[in-house]
Amino acid sequence: MRILAAMSGGVDSAVAAARAVDAGHEVVGVHLALSRMPGTLRTGSRGCCTIEDSRDAHMVAGQLGIPFYVWDFSERFKEDVVDDFIAEYANGRTPNPCMRCNERIKFAALLDRALALGFDAVATGHYAEIVRASDGTPELHRGADLNKDQSYVLGVLTPEQLAHCCFPIGASASKAEVRAEAERRGFPVANKPDSYDICFIPDGDTKAWLADKIPMRPGLIRDEAGEVLGEHEGATTYTVGQRKGLGIEKPAADGKPRYVVGVDPHANTVTVGPRASLAVEELEGIRTSWAGLPPADMGVSEETGIDCEVQIRAHADPVPARVWLGEVRDEVPAAEADPLGPVVPRPRPAGQVLRVRVETPLTGVAPGQTMVVYRGTRVLGQATIDRTVHA
Amino acid sequence: MTEAVFSAYAAQLRECGNPSSLHAEGQGARMRMESARARVAEVVGAQPAEVVFTAGGTEADNLALTGIHAARNRDAVRAGMPARPRVLISAIEHHAVLETAEHLESEAYGGTRAELVLLPVDRTGRLDLDAAAAAIAEAPERTSLVSVMLANNEVGTVQPVTELVRLAHAHGIPVHTDAVQALGQLPLDFAALGVDAMSLSAHKIGGPVGTGALILDRGLSPVPVLHGGGQERGVRSGTLDVAGATAFAAAAEAARDHLTDGTVERMARLRDRLLAGIARTVPDAVVTGPWEAPDASGVCEGESSEADRPAEPKAAGRREDRPVRLPANAHAVFPGCEGDSLLYLLDMAGFATSTGSACQAGVSRPSHVLMACGFSEDEARSTQRFSLGPDTTVEEVDRLLAVLPDVVTRARKAGMVSATPRWAG
Repeated sequence: MRILAAMSGGVDSAVAAARAVDAGHEVVGVHLALSRMPGTLRTGSRGCCTIEDSRDAHMVAGQLGIPFYVWDFSERFKEDVVDDFIAEYANGRTPNPCMRCNERIKFAALLDRALALGFDAVATGHYAEIVRASDGTPELHRGADLNKDQSYVLGVLTPEQLAHCCFPIGASASKAEVRAEAERRGFPVANKPDSYDICFIPDGDTKAWLADKIPMRPGLIRDEAGEVLGEHEGATTYTVGQRKGLGIEKPAADGKPRYVVGVDPHANTVTVGPRASLAVEELEGIRTSWAGLPPADMGVSEETGIDCEVQIRAHADPVPARVWLGEVRDEVPAAEADPLGPVVPRPRPAGQVLRVRVETPLTGVAPGQTMVVYRGTRVLGQATIDRTVHA
Repeated sequence: MTEAVFSAYAAQLRECGNPSSLHAEGQGARMRMESARARVAEVVGAQPAEVVFTAGGTEADNLALTGIHAARNRDAVRAGMPARPRVLISAIEHHAVLETAEHLESEAYGGTRAELVLLPVDRTGRLDLDAAAAAIAEAPERTSLVSVMLANNEVGTVQPVTELVRLAHAHGIPVHTDAVQALGQLPLDFAALGVDAMSLSAHKIGGPVGTGALILDRGLSPVPVLHGGGQERGVRSGTLDVAGATAFAAAAEAARDHLTDGTVERMARLRDRLLAGIARTVPDAVVTGPWEAPDASGVCEGESSEADRPAEPKAAGRREDRPVRLPANAHAVFPGCEGDSLLYLLDMAGFATSTGSACQAGVSRPSHVLMACGFSEDEARSTQRFSLGPDTTVEEVDRLLAVLPDVVTRARKAGMVSATPRWAG
């Protein structure tokens, strides 16, 4: 096969490219330039996007003897990932930009271009496995190392995209194994630190970064009964489940800690309540997509649900749940644009609603997060959490 | 690097001696240094004392802009005159000039922050002389210098520098020109051109990377950028690089010979063949820079492939006595094709091309030159530059033209980054 290896400059994508070469594929390396103003040197635990990272990727490609290019996707990335991130927060939601990047950049804009330029697939250094069913259809499964498993952030991929993806390190037993292999191959990136932070927020301070982009309007903090408990500097920097930094002087009647249980950017209100109020029993997701079988083939419809597991964060444990379909919605209305200055929240297509009921109530569920539906190790599909019903 | 330049370089690297030392070895080195200086000066129509060796074109540009701007402001302050914050440059300068000028805006050299004025160009990338005249006349006493490149590195347009010098000198304003791209492609005569400072680089003509010069009128003493032992008229400190200077001289003489032995003329004809071929094989391609597509009498399908066939009468660079486009430069917009895609496909087909001027990460960005010429951001992303060399053959040009339509079709299918990808949900 002709494979385009996306090389971030990190150890995982380096080993992924190397394994694709070893497997006898014709491999070309490409580093995606995602920032208009790339930093010169890596800082903290950001994993890509600086000139140093680009050079690291180039060095590995050189060692592998494969052609290497840097492609500029910065415009697309700004529009689809960075601006979306800001608009989601401005709408009181908590987005996952890495999923958005996979959905719109790596496995969309890049894959599109790769196929048009004559490649058969795009390879990345994700810890996830593609298993071919007997009829050849690709199934997306968790990576062999459950501590590193990244199938969650790939949950947005459809069978058409999966047919052109390969994850050469997904079957690795551990990150340590991948690092050891990089060492053995003499890659200069073998000991490069793992990346955790959002790549476009240089110092990792999301709140300060957002405050710069979304004009802050002071507003009220209320309890669930509507009583005013204090003031906030701007509702959109609060996340459901948050406990610290609320600045409420008056203690709760029962003396227990209070949590953010709701953020309403329209009313510019933050609602707080006891931990019990965070418990969520039902979730409603929009922008649903299916990684494998279409829902009808799995017996999922508006009337009948199926038993499976749902995971609501990249590193959360999956929980048993029952999943069925809701109505088809045109779009999610945007929040009123008025207070938000340069960022105009956009209405977004909603599509088929995914309904989920969990057996044991979940806490810390924020609208905007993605819920990925699994059965065992297999990813069935995903949806963006839009509404929650408290237990 | 040719064998001749390489052996001249290598021979000097074996020698020891610091030209600034007073013992016999040092004196020998000084002789070789001055010989190189005289040879470079001779090639570009300057006096030896006007050659200030630098570590390349970028340093020469930095020294010219920063040094002259600071000196002009220092002199104004000393004479009790108002400051001269205005720096006039064309909108299509190389980054070495552009970024330096922007830096002057942010730093108070000579006690004053610069006011940067970008002089516009027309669709072909040629300086708008009327606009330049107006900008100069607007506040000549507040202007420190004017800098316009001799020929653009991306679209190849030769600039009306002589006319610009006349306009600026009428107000006593010094003119700098970045001639890095022009050296070896156009006859250079510092004295006849009339500019006050001219940047050169050795590696563009097959000399070593890391060697260049600022040709500097004797009457100018810019404030140094590099301070130290006071070498090079006190303007550029640092131990003199005899080997680099000697190799530069050898390369400059060889480049000058190419101007008269038919090599450059042959390159210009190949360029015309390439541009006409691009216009023919990719009908919606837009050739940038000064260029008129040949009419019916021009190149058409099945023509002979003799390299020395006279170029079509209306071809680029032949309408006037002096060339209007660099002979080695061909550049075009391929609408709907990402430059990155074109570069990849051409590279795979064995052709080394470029998307514009690369930044240090090797990332292509919409070119500021194309934008200044009035092209859209998408058009500016859809470019490809083809540089010809003295060894380029007519067969190579024809082979490129043979693969180009397929390359363009495929790149177009891959689409523009600005378009929504088809997978997007």
